[in-house]
Amino acid sequence: MLRLIGVGNRWRGDDAAGLVVAAGVRARLRGGIAVIEDRCEPLELIEACEGAQAAWLVDAVCSGAPPGTLHRFDAAERALPAGLFRVSTHRLGVADALELARALGRLPPRVVVYGIEGSRFAPGRPLSPAVAAAAERLAGALSTELAACAAGR
Amino acid sequence: MPERRTKTIKTDVLARVEGEGAMRVRIESGRVTEVQLRIYEPPRFFEAFLRGRDFTEALDITSRICGICPIAYQMSAVTAMESLCGVEVGGQLRALRRLLYCGEWIESHALHVFMLHAPDFLGFESAVAMAREHPTIVTDALALKKAGNEVMRVVGGREVHPINVRVGGVHRAPRKAELATLVAGLERAREIALGAVRLTASFDFPDYDQDIELVALAQPGEYPIDRGRIISSTGLDIAPEEYESRFVEQHVPWSHALHSQRTGGGNYLVGPLARFATSFAALTPLAREAAADVGLRAPERNPFRSIVVRAVELVHAVDEALELIAAYEEPDAPAIEVEPRAGVGHGATEAPRGLLYHRYEIDADGTILAANIVPPTSQNQIAIEADLRGVVERSLELPDEQLSRLCEQTIRNYDPCISCATHFLTLEVERC
Repeated sequence: MLRLIGVGNRWRGDDAAGLVVAAGVRARLRGGIAVIEDRCEPLELIEACEGAQAAWLVDAVCSGAPPGTLHRFDAAERALPAGLFRVSTHRLGVADALELARALGRLPPRVVVYGIEGSRFAPGRPLSPAVAAAAERLAGALSTELAACAAGR
Repeated sequence: MPERRTKTIKTDVLARVEGEGAMRVRIESGRVTEVQLRIYEPPRFFEAFLRGRDFTEALDITSRICGICPIAYQMSAVTAMESLCGVEVGGQLRALRRLLYCGEWIESHALHVFMLHAPDFLGFESAVAMAREHPTIVTDALALKKAGNEVMRVVGGREVHPINVRVGGVHRAPRKAELATLVAGLERAREIALGAVRLTASFDFPDYDQDIELVALAQPGEYPIDRGRIISSTGLDIAPEEYESRFVEQHVPWSHALHSQRTGGGNYLVGPLARFATSFAALTPLAREAAADVGLRAPERNPFRSIVVRAVELVHAVDEALELIAAYEEPDAPAIEVEPRAGVGHGATEAPRGLLYHRYEIDADGTILAANIVPPTSQNQIAIEADLRGVVERSLELPDEQLSRLCEQTIRNYDPCISCATHFLTLEVERC
């Protein structure tokens, strides 16, 4: 089973990037792949990964790079840089949630994480143009990659 | 003459608490001269922007104050509005609300006991580090939290910021068959909660007792959750309407959260220790037995043992949720009609962290004219600072790093919800 998990908050500007990518992939794909939109509750994220052979996660990040910059990480191989995915002091972020899944032996064998660099996270704002364009490009590329994986190529 | 040394221990961002805050302790020549719990998360102005809104909207607006305890806000708001309008919601509608509140207690206590506080006692920096050594504890914690989340989803409409409560009842009463789907998860949760009582009781606790007035709701025959009079360990017994004449909030320069005291002076404490002390007899027999089996007696005066009390409350909340589900009959209507009338209403319920008080003034059309919200963390700030002082004074010989960790653990005894309190954690210890 393949899973694509978009993480974010649709009401917080560029933080919606992961959700926009998930919606874009869902619109392009037919069957075989579960597309999940998540608010980054660690429990939900662990459950969303549970039993998957491979999972792709997309989230907005804030590293100081130009808006729309794409970061790619192999989370099955090593831990994500925690600071990059930390969005709240209130709860665990994507990096901690994946480490929790790894510690519990519940991490899929293959986990690829994409981070889209955001620039504005104010409540009620739309995606910034550079982030919207990057999300659209990533949705297209991921659709092709996931379809190929689902077909066993 | 001993050498004069000043030392400051500070933590700029407190971890494993809800929200953003810091703390600072100043030690001069072996004496603690200053303790400040700084809640710097910005003020949120909820009370101001409730003005002009309809009386039916307060519960959903105030639930946005907290993602961990939204039901507490909904319940205090809805209780205030209903009492203002001369309506009391009873029978199965009240049972549904209490079930929903049990769901919040379960998910909130499970998060705090296992993921935020247990790492302190087991010597880990985080729940993730703890999970590597103790995967079963974390797996159990996640199952327990999930059982609470499911109650929130089925009864409240969704897990975070539920949307099913309304003035007069609920928007939609769940079918019996829907509640039946919760039973298996809750039965497993009850076993996990009983295990949590045994686990937490086996921790090493610093030797520290506090002498402070314990304040909680009380209602004959019921563990305090959704209603009751406000009572205390020193004889206070008042209706929620009298709250503001007996308790006073004041601003301190180092915190965005108001400090609460008894009118005329005197510190007090709200939360699990207070509820356990004043309503032990109202716990379910299983919860009382679980406490007795580990030697926990009411009143418990060591704040570090609050983690065991929370675990006992977990047993209670799961147990009561199962009882409520077993006794549930679908109500004829999901709500009773409530007409607004001009006046002032008061609502007090027990958030997982303690007493949450709301007051609203509305006009004859139901427009909110004024609002006052006193969250539990704000009420516990003085007690937290007093404990920090007491704990540091007993532990001056510890190296700074250990002292800092002990201070953070002390703060976490209160499961502080800083987001709720701002209108808080970094740790700073200064030794002189």
